[in-house]
Amino acid sequence: MLRTNRILALVMVIVFTASLFALSGCQKEEAVKNKIGLVFDIGGRGDLSFNDSAYAGLERAMADFDIEATYLEPGEGGENREELLRTLAEEGYELIFAVGFLFTDAVISAAADFPESKFALIDGYVPDLTADSNIVCLGFAEHEGSFLVGAAAALKSETGKIGFVGGMNIPLIQKFEAGYRAGAAYVNPDIEVVVNYIGSTGEAFKNPQAGRELALAQCDQGCDVIYHASGASGIGVIAACAERETWVIGVDSDQYLTASDEEKPFVLTSMLKRVDVSVYETIKAFVEGNYEGGYKTFDLSVDGVGYSVSNEAAIADIQDQLEEIKAEIVDGTVVVPTNYEELDAFLAELGG
Amino acid sequence: MLSAEMLASAIRLAVPVIITAVGAIYSERSGVINIGLEGMMIAGCFTGAAVAFYAGPYAGILAAVAAGAFFALIHAVASVHFRVDQIVSGVAINILAYGVVRFSSLSIFKMATTTPHVDCLPKVTIPGLAAVPWLEPLVSKVSPLIFLAFLLIPFTAWVMNRTVFGLRLRSVGEHPLAAETLGVNVYLMKYCGVLISGALAGLSGAYLSIEHTQMYVEGMTQGLGFIALAAMIFGNWMPLGAMWAGLLFGFAQALSLRVVTEAVPYQFIKMVPYILTIVVLAGFVRRSRAPAAVGVPYERGEAA
Repeated sequence: MLRTNRILALVMVIVFTASLFALSGCQKEEAVKNKIGLVFDIGGRGDLSFNDSAYAGLERAMADFDIEATYLEPGEGGENREELLRTLAEEGYELIFAVGFLFTDAVISAAADFPESKFALIDGYVPDLTADSNIVCLGFAEHEGSFLVGAAAALKSETGKIGFVGGMNIPLIQKFEAGYRAGAAYVNPDIEVVVNYIGSTGEAFKNPQAGRELALAQCDQGCDVIYHASGASGIGVIAACAERETWVIGVDSDQYLTASDEEKPFVLTSMLKRVDVSVYETIKAFVEGNYEGGYKTFDLSVDGVGYSVSNEAAIADIQDQLEEIKAEIVDGTVVVPTNYEELDAFLAELGG
Repeated sequence: MLSAEMLASAIRLAVPVIITAVGAIYSERSGVINIGLEGMMIAGCFTGAAVAFYAGPYAGILAAVAAGAFFALIHAVASVHFRVDQIVSGVAINILAYGVVRFSSLSIFKMATTTPHVDCLPKVTIPGLAAVPWLEPLVSKVSPLIFLAFLLIPFTAWVMNRTVFGLRLRSVGEHPLAAETLGVNVYLMKYCGVLISGALAGLSGAYLSIEHTQMYVEGMTQGLGFIALAAMIFGNWMPLGAMWAGLLFGFAQALSLRVVTEAVPYQFIKMVPYILTIVVLAGFVRRSRAPAAVGVPYERGEAA
């Protein structure tokens, strides 16, 4: 017994010593490479939307810069997201992306414990950051992009009635709604917008059954263009619109490219939220030594948001008008509302 | 408010609950609680969509049924053979199915939470009835699985009440000792009950992914397996009751999606089926009557 224990101890010592050498060997090799980590939001890679866009940015950065990158997916409810951030920080990742506002608390707590790592929080808001903070909040002017697709919807609508399907009923998604309704009213003050939300929890972003039924209900009410801001639930919205042969507007990434062949003709456009641009630009700044904490907003003027034109047959006849409106937003002639109060003021001004 | 479109929507939303609830009846009537229905549905959802992607919707549906039955087999082996607590085994199935599906999704499609688009079964239109304006949304372009779901109701009632198999299944759930004394193979009956419930849960998963969304999305079952369990209890362990309970659930869902008023927030409408289930369980409406030996592990040879 004693003998086996000794042998075991010896083996252990050898293994640990060997692994020490192995580890130090690795570190020498990686010293030149920046280590970039990314943790996805619930929905994960392959949501054909938000997360995929973030991944696209990471992929592009991997091609352009000499970096070592890894990505992790949280569990089903996303409860382990903070654990994943900490894991990456412990492993020496220098820049860590947290994809989605649900990460806000996790980033605040992880960033406090790992001052050496930088955290980039997409879509979230952490108060009181400075340029020296190790957190940077990457925000988007979703309302501006939504304003453009709202205008597109109103220009394309023949019934004078358009729909909006939101995922979780929170201020972030209401920002999409406010921009959309303002944009629609801007080109047609008499437009009627039917608004539905799927739910009030994170589950609302992955409930395609409800997305489909809501869209069908809006079609039954006479809507002939429907815009969704509902993550993976939007797959159901697109399917329903294709079934009823009505226009649908995608969100976050260009959903024309990921729709099935039967659905493609009905995808009018998508509100592009260039998460990929924000990820790429942040990595670029970091690699070049220009990282700054604080807040970055990607708006229409830097093409951080926009609308897609891949369905040329559908969008061609209104593209000129949309470009005019885009120019008005960029130069500040039109100030797009971001919440219900601003929307009411905007609509009142249009009416008066 | 009550339109044909609304009813059609209610039926589409009710079908997964009805199929799974009818399956649960087979399991519970044989004396085995199947809380793993949710996991079996998840397995059916993913397997259905994955196989449909490569081999078409018919193969997808068969594969989903097989996947549901496979996870039911694990539940049966654990809870019938090894007499593990049925609740524990069922919960384990739910967690296991989720993990297996995510792992498979990553290894097959390199995506954790969705599959690519798949084709659905050809939609059915009943020629004569579709011409009637009010019926049109109900009978045109309908998924064939919806008809199958409603055929399952009389079929299950017939099996339970008119066949030797049904009688034996029920006897095992009521009094396994007496059944074994009379020469009924108790284990075999319990295995059959659990496997059928898993197969039907898999079928209902296939309905969700192949027929309703034409794609698998993680979390798309939205707890329907548990709702089906509640529907079965609400329906007093009877197929017809389960159907009404399922329809009630679908109707409440459709109502909450279609009738948005400031006065009644949709969250309240969504609560209706759950509140009704609790009311029934608490015995306010009528006594719910579970099979006498449900949840009790049975050791073969106790009769000897």
